[in-house]
Amino acid sequence: MSMNRREFLKIAGISTILGLGGVSAVHGLRNRVEASQISPAPKALKAKRWAMVVDMSKFKKEEDYQRCIDACHQVHNVPNITDNPKHEIKWLWKETYEHAFPGTEDEYLSEEIKHLPFLVLCNHCDNPSCVRVCPTKATFKRKSDGIVMMDMHRCIGCRFCMAACPYGARSFNYKDPIPFINEAKKNLEFPTRTKGVVEKCTLCYERLATGLQPACVEASKGALIFGDIEDPNSGVRKVLGARYSFRRRPELGTRPSVYYII
Amino acid sequence: MYNGGKIIIGVIIFVGLVTFPFLYSGGKTTAKPDPKVDTPEILKLAENERKCVEPKAYMKGEHMKMLNEWRDWVVRDGNTIYTATNGKQYTMSLQNTCMKCHSNKKKFCDECHNYTAVKPYCWDCHIEPKEKES
Ligand code: SF4
Ligand code: SF4
Repeated sequence: MSMNRREFLKIAGISTILGLGGVSAVHGLRNRVEASQISPAPKALKAKRWAMVVDMSKFKKEEDYQRCIDACHQVHNVPNITDNPKHEIKWLWKETYEHAFPGTEDEYLSEEIKHLPFLVLCNHCDNPSCVRVCPTKATFKRKSDGIVMMDMHRCIGCRFCMAACPYGARSFNYKDPIPFINEAKKNLEFPTRTKGVVEKCTLCYERLATGLQPACVEASKGALIFGDIEDPNSGVRKVLGARYSFRRRPELGTRPSVYYII
Repeated sequence: MYNGGKIIIGVIIFVGLVTFPFLYSGGKTTAKPDPKVDTPEILKLAENERKCVEPKAYMKGEHMKMLNEWRDWVVRDGNTIYTATNGKQYTMSLQNTCMKCHSNKKKFCDECHNYTAVKPYCWDCHIEPKEKES
């Protein structure tokens, strides 16, 4: 019996409808693999709640944006799908002011701001609407550090989260993404995704776990500032304390963790 | 006997259908799986270091459940280090820990999975190690 993930999900779905969906037979194993044997890596970066500040004054040239985008998309094996804009997969990308901050555009807004592309990503909201709607808890807010995570194994591709996210931060794999990943630049230490799952920025949880800053922050040459928003001495808090900042669509109450300064 | 002929024909067809798979395979049995653990990465280790995270019998029976637990601990709880029963510590990662030693997916994973006709979907996303054709 050969079955891929999609077929498995289809059969699981049908049998649930038919009332055959059983209780998972996998309980514990914890008798051997005890929870106490599990620990975070000693050099992992820790925070109460991670946040990022995007310093737009440091994005001057096309290259400044691209460097960050490429760094992110390359370490995470994000496919480069260009033939259909609906099929595009984006973790970190450029957005016009009116799209990034709708409702705030003013008729007499300076030309510079009007045409400045803003770097956008998932806001890792403190009150994420995507998490509230996910029926399988495939997307969830991590208790330890507030990252809004994806467990690709659990995503059934219903796309409720995409409808719920007011920032368009999520992309759906309408087709098998693997052929669209540059084979030569593939990161063999990170998985790819499959057709039928939703993906987005995960704030480089896998790099934080090994003590590294997010890939975009590392590539940004100081234009992206990353740190613990609940630590008054962190880099992000220092910038936010010193300069005027704003967030995307604060009126919605999602409480984004990504801040912008210009 | 009512409809005797029909019943007998029915029985013959039934027996035929039931025994067909056995007759078709000619009574041959598939060769027993023989997963190999002689990858260059494993052979590089000192003899007494050539041990999996947990004992062989346990891994054989429970590795799938263990991988499920590993996933939840890493993805959901952010804990990445597993302390094995023998006290050694490992990073919980299929792609970066298991497959670093077991770099022979065809001879290690597929061998048994094919025999038992299971097709786990790990490899739909996780990148399998590049195998040197031998
Ligand atoms: S930006 Fe969208 S996807 Fe990200 S946490 Fe907020 S609601 Fe969820
Ligand atoms: S598409 Fe996946 S992550 Fe999004 S709501 Fe559905 S199951 Fe959850």
